[in-house]
Amino acid sequence: MRMIARIGEWFDRRLQLAAPIREAAEHPVPRNAASWFYVFGSAALTVFLLQLATGILLALTYVPSAAEAWNSLQELNHDVTLGWFIRALHGWGSNFMVAIVLIHMMQVFLFGAYKFPRELTWIVGVFLLLMTLGMAFTGQVMRFDQDAYWGLGIGASIVSRVPIAGPALLRLMLGGPIIAGPTLSRFFALHVFVIPGSLIAFVCLHVLMVLRLGINEWPMPGRLVKRATYESEYHELTKRDGAPFVPYAVWKDMFFAAFILLAVTACAVYFGPFGPSGRPDPTIIETVPKPDYFFLWLYALLALLPPSLETPAVLIGPVVVIIGLLLLPFLSGEGEKSWRRRPIAVLSVLLIAIALGTFTRMAEFAPWSPHMNAWSGDPVPERMLHGTTALERQGALVFQVKQCRNCHALGGSGGERGPALDTVAVRLTEDQFIRQVIQGGGNMPTYGKNLSPPETTALVAFLQTLHPPGQAPARDASREVVIEEGPEKLTGKGPGARR
Amino acid sequence: MSNDTMLTRRGLFMKLAILFNGLVGIALAVPIVQFLLSAITRGRANAYLAWVPLGPVSEFPEGETRLATFRNPYVTPTDGKTADTACWVRRMEGDQFQVFAINCMHLGCPVRWFPQSGLFMCPCHGGVYYRDGSRASGPPEHGLVEYPWKVQKDQIIIQAGELPTPGAPIAALDRRTPPCA
Repeated sequence: MRMIARIGEWFDRRLQLAAPIREAAEHPVPRNAASWFYVFGSAALTVFLLQLATGILLALTYVPSAAEAWNSLQELNHDVTLGWFIRALHGWGSNFMVAIVLIHMMQVFLFGAYKFPRELTWIVGVFLLLMTLGMAFTGQVMRFDQDAYWGLGIGASIVSRVPIAGPALLRLMLGGPIIAGPTLSRFFALHVFVIPGSLIAFVCLHVLMVLRLGINEWPMPGRLVKRATYESEYHELTKRDGAPFVPYAVWKDMFFAAFILLAVTACAVYFGPFGPSGRPDPTIIETVPKPDYFFLWLYALLALLPPSLETPAVLIGPVVVIIGLLLLPFLSGEGEKSWRRRPIAVLSVLLIAIALGTFTRMAEFAPWSPHMNAWSGDPVPERMLHGTTALERQGALVFQVKQCRNCHALGGSGGERGPALDTVAVRLTEDQFIRQVIQGGGNMPTYGKNLSPPETTALVAFLQTLHPPGQAPARDASREVVIEEGPEKLTGKGPGARR
Repeated sequence: MSNDTMLTRRGLFMKLAILFNGLVGIALAVPIVQFLLSAITRGRANAYLAWVPLGPVSEFPEGETRLATFRNPYVTPTDGKTADTACWVRRMEGDQFQVFAINCMHLGCPVRWFPQSGLFMCPCHGGVYYRDGSRASGPPEHGLVEYPWKVQKDQIIIQAGELPTPGAPIAALDRRTPPCA
């Protein structure tokens, strides 16, 4: 033991680090801040370290070349000992990191920890969030498969819409005229050097400020933050009711960090690595690209926004959100910290969480996408063909063959882009059917050129059978009058006109 | 401390050192920025929009729309399969063609052709186009991008080589007159 102590002394005489480290470890924290709510920051740091370690391990095998990347991922998955496990750790680690960073941010916001004097800590944190999302997107590109390729295409389409600078930015992003070798190389440089380098620097700054300014005290309703008095009040609090960070608070951080690492490992072992899906070959077009889960909400938003609003929303929306986040500590740098007295803050968090959650959930079903194989894969339910005429059955055939099914569900299967047609005959009359099919409208293409008159007749005959057993199909009452009594009755002209 | 107007020897050297570093910095920054921006400044050089063959005309029956693939005219050694691109070739009558980019004009996903209903459908957000490439429904704001084409020695060749995107359709498109104008 004495030997170790002497070696330690030898190093510290030269490094002179023991005193500042001890000071940082033993800095007093308010007793009420040693809470399970305060563990997310250190958990995010832990997962980040896991990402650094697993990322370096993956780089031992991964080849950042558009021609080779996919093959090297296959080798990692199947040939390299436990390569699949390291990939799985890195993939699940990224999911956990995004989630933990968001939870950390939410907690900081609800506890008012961004208020004076911690404004800059919050601002650096906003940049850390952006970098984390940047790592998530570029990481998805590293998994160079079909989803990555078409994901880049979506990114390129969005970038290209920037006014004036769009084409130049597009070139800069792709590194050439198409998504190809230089594209992957520059995303590799971003994912492995540029963003992680900045992340490390910003994380150091973030942690340094937490140490210097002290951890946010547990917010008490009614205890307001004032620029003039906060620092002395905080100092007083840590003096009166403080405890050294180590060991008083740190054990909770350590337990939670270990728990998170265990959770990442469990997910990695149980669910395995993500992909890669198909080879990134743009001539294979039988693909349904989808982003990773942290961008699914955006995927949904892009489908649901009206086309005219889309470009402004996609280009201006993020700028507004980022500026809003950066300005937040300046707009409400003082005053109430407790969420119990900040209903708007609580409602905003709930609103954002519910909106993101809803969009993410919707993107899993993607009701706006046609089901490309429904026309050949989902037959018309048998019960809908019982007791039908030959013409109506022919119509059912037209319905399938003309891909109506790709957008319209019958009996719960088929696309959801258009309305389900199980009971459509209750809503539309024969004439309305013919008009809708031939002219389209309401987001339906016109089929006039692709349906012969007999096909239209058959299709409409089939559609008119789609009503519940006890309910009559819609009918045009005026038409019956015309047929029974002649057109003169309605127009009020001629000998038989009504009086 | 010392008088501000007095220029000391050390002060002068300090200023000269800053100036020297500034000059070296600029001398280094110019080529570095040039390198970084080379993807833009290279411009639409030569091979970007060369004519590439899609195959003999006989491979595309009249009245049908078929998938064709081509190797991008501008390639780098690490491109692999990503330099292979697909497009939809519609042969109308005789030697009248339309060649559509595969990319949906909403967000660039690959559209698929359904001959029975005469529609192109996009799997991503449900963009739909008619057989002539014009927009039918869904979020896209424009029809599909058409590559300029011509028939040479019984081969159909197109001018391609750039990723068509909604904000920056290919240069060739600028020169194209819209079919229904």
